[in-house]
Amino acid sequence: MGVGIEVKGLNAWYGKNLSLKSIDMTVQANHVTAVIGPSGCGKSTFVRCLNRMHETIPEARAEGLVKVGEMEVYAPGQDPVEIRRRIGMVFQKPNPFPTMTIYDNVAAGLRLNGFRNRKQMDELVERSLKLAALWDEVKDTLHKKSGASLSGGQQQRLCIARSLAVEPEVLLMDEPASALDPISTSKIEELIFQLKQHYTVVIVTHNMQQAARVAEFTGFFLMGSLIEYDKTEKIFTTPADKRTEDYITGRFG
Amino acid sequence: MPNLSAGAVTKPLSLWRRAMDLGATAFAIVAAVLVIVPLLAIFVYLLIKGVGALDWAFLTQTPKPVGEVGGGMANAIVGSGVILGIASVIGIPIGIGCGIYLAEYARGRFGDIVRFTADVLNGVPSIVIGIAVYSLIVVRQKHFSAFSGGIALAIMMVPTVARATEEMLLMVPNNVREAAFGLGIPKWRTTLSITLRTASAGVITGCMLAFARVAGETAPLLFTAFGNQFWNKNPNQPTAALPLQIYTYAISPFDEWHRQAWAGALILIIMIVVAVAAVRITTSRGTLKGAS
Repeated sequence: MGVGIEVKGLNAWYGKNLSLKSIDMTVQANHVTAVIGPSGCGKSTFVRCLNRMHETIPEARAEGLVKVGEMEVYAPGQDPVEIRRRIGMVFQKPNPFPTMTIYDNVAAGLRLNGFRNRKQMDELVERSLKLAALWDEVKDTLHKKSGASLSGGQQQRLCIARSLAVEPEVLLMDEPASALDPISTSKIEELIFQLKQHYTVVIVTHNMQQAARVAEFTGFFLMGSLIEYDKTEKIFTTPADKRTEDYITGRFG
Repeated sequence: MPNLSAGAVTKPLSLWRRAMDLGATAFAIVAAVLVIVPLLAIFVYLLIKGVGALDWAFLTQTPKPVGEVGGGMANAIVGSGVILGIASVIGIPIGIGCGIYLAEYARGRFGDIVRFTADVLNGVPSIVIGIAVYSLIVVRQKHFSAFSGGIALAIMMVPTVARATEEMLLMVPNNVREAAFGLGIPKWRTTLSITLRTASAGVITGCMLAFARVAGETAPLLFTAFGNQFWNKNPNQPTAALPLQIYTYAISPFDEWHRQAWAGALILIIMIVVAVAAVRITTSRGTLKGAS
């Protein structure tokens, strides 16, 4: 089951550059929340702060309150590795481990975290690939083909399966379909719709139609600030802020 | 279809450009051939000169005293194997570890210092390394040994392996590391099981290069392994090595020894080729179709 996320006063820096300015946001459990905004507005930085991926970049840091379920992400002494285990992430560019088989890609998160039970691993791999709607396409070549030999859309679904295998509570997706063709995109979107039964999904997207299609809630970011956050329908029909309206109607800039 | 390229593209290339193209292509081909020729020439020459003295006794017996015909370099072949084994066991892990540090952890000055030191060490003449190990180990122990020879060669391997490892790790795209971090895999585990594994083909090539390079080194062994005319099973004692044996035999005044030096050189090259090929085959068995 997914859990909710509560963000209060989140600031993030790249070196001395403040790129997220005191963000407050509450993400509903088992819903899809979209984050939209122009390039460089801080939307990717925002989701990368939720699982502490932001700080893996040299000189980048973040502070504020982020609560995922009962877990305080920025509490002192909190291990970022443990957080990332519970908050899965799918990236813009499909990034399967190139030297591993399809099976090993999905099992990697389990195996490298010390999971040893062979039979349970088989089950988890199959379940994750089924959830990611990839099972039927790869079940005969699980141990034969490299993850990198799949098509772009398949690779991205493989990456989703890989994230799901470690059974996270939240799934963060950073423009998961922006490098894919329309057919693969619609498959991923369909998948996101299915996933919210089990997970809380936060998706960053450049594509406003995509946000409208998949998300119940949408947040609009601009220059490091959260301008407006509401039900997707409200954002796209009667936005409260002039800047949101300008952006979604394409009158921006 | 409209003819967009009215004359501009359809016009035949000028004579000058065609000549340049031909010249550049010819130069590239000649250069490629020139790379192969020396190795091929050396190998063929070694075959011609060395095969004559190569027989079963050469591979199984120790050297005979001057004047007696026959004998072989069995002790030097085994000795070389032992010394290179010691060098690899010491040099490769340290080199790979150092490369991992430089690529994955080094930030700022200390990394630059390590990198610079490795490059300088790479340029230090091998005889200087031999003398250094002589004064540091051999003088203190008061005897020559396969160990000290192995350490001298290991010192030569480290910078090559370290820099190759660093470069190969830096070629692994960052999004592979991010994928692993995103799964909650700790950094050390990511580095060993994901990043290093992704770069393994290149890292292995680097190790083989370092191995092949030190396998033929004579100078660092002169004052360390020293050489031995007899069987020696104790790596803490003076030990024979092929390059030393070849050197001793080649500068001797005896025809029989000259012939054996050629055969020794041939065996040395074959040993290196076999070792490199064996590593290549065993490590590429697990490689997947379509893996990049």
